[in-house]
Amino acid sequence: MSDSQAIAVHDPHAEGHAAHPEYQRHHFVSMEQQNETTSFGMWLFLLTEVMFFGGLFTAYLIYRNWYYPAFVAASHTLNIFEGSLNTLVLITSSFTMAMGVWCAETKRSKGLVLALVATLILGLGFLGIKADEYHEKYVKDHIPGHTFPGHSFSPIGFIHPDAEALKGGEKPLAADMAAKTEVYFSLYFAMTGMHALHMIIGIALLCGMLYKAMRGGYMDGNIAFVENFGLYWHFVDIVWIFLFPLLYLISRHQ
Amino acid sequence: MSEHYANHDPDSGHIEEEHHIVGPVTYAIIFGLLLVGTAITIGASYLEMGPWNPVVAILIAVIKATLVVLFFMHIKYSSKLMKLTVGAGLFTFLILVGMSLADYFTRAWGQW
Repeated sequence: MSDSQAIAVHDPHAEGHAAHPEYQRHHFVSMEQQNETTSFGMWLFLLTEVMFFGGLFTAYLIYRNWYYPAFVAASHTLNIFEGSLNTLVLITSSFTMAMGVWCAETKRSKGLVLALVATLILGLGFLGIKADEYHEKYVKDHIPGHTFPGHSFSPIGFIHPDAEALKGGEKPLAADMAAKTEVYFSLYFAMTGMHALHMIIGIALLCGMLYKAMRGGYMDGNIAFVENFGLYWHFVDIVWIFLFPLLYLISRHQ
Repeated sequence: MSEHYANHDPDSGHIEEEHHIVGPVTYAIIFGLLLVGTAITIGASYLEMGPWNPVVAILIAVIKATLVVLFFMHIKYSSKLMKLTVGAGLFTFLILVGMSLADYFTRAWGQW
């Protein structure tokens, strides 16, 4: 084969390069380098996400410090059972996703589909439980602002706790402090809402990946998408690992 | 140094660790530890520890997040570049959050 012919068919690797898979881009020396570059980029993106959620966490901690009694009282109205259940669901989905990455790495087609289906179901389950919690906020008039007619935000339950709450050790708040529970619920909805949005985006990507996996995709070793989606999904899990104690748990006893 | 550059032929001796596959046993152990951590953090929230309740809760969350990053996200088995990237990112994050909180929490220092 002459040189000119090699140029004509655009095969720049014809001259003494080791064979490499089709999906290796030409500007990478090796698959290792390509994989390293891809996950490096993914991690940079995730670090910007860390900064984004970090801003919300910081705002939460500062306001909690300022309006401490309001934040403690408002935190007590959260459904700790559903919050714990959601933690369980999300950690399990992280595990099934990790298993999915392993199945892709070891070329187990059925295992990959199974793991992705499990992750999808658990992800939807999380959103379902979250929706039920949001509905509870709607019923209790704990959604900030006046978005829903007849269910505008009302701190009245914090000024005059009902008999059950008083029995549980709840103390009535002064009206001006009780009004600050709206700040707590604003941050609650901002933080869990942004987290849920990340879940919804993740579930959309997951559906696309599942579609491809069911048609025998990702079995040629080109699994960068599966691996990087795994990183994203675990990151969303980590956000919840911090959200859960901060919103639900740390004020249990004050 | 000069020797290193002289030998820098992109096709020869590209030193990268071979891709490490984390197996189901490791994942299952980490999953188990995360469940235990969740149980402990819920249990601890029902104990009366005063100002230590949030400290313990955040400490457990940090441990759980570290497990996820190291094993589920493969950083334990990644190259030095990846470890440094994650470390530098978290360091920057702590600077930003730490300094902001230090500012707000000390504005009225000694005035209450």
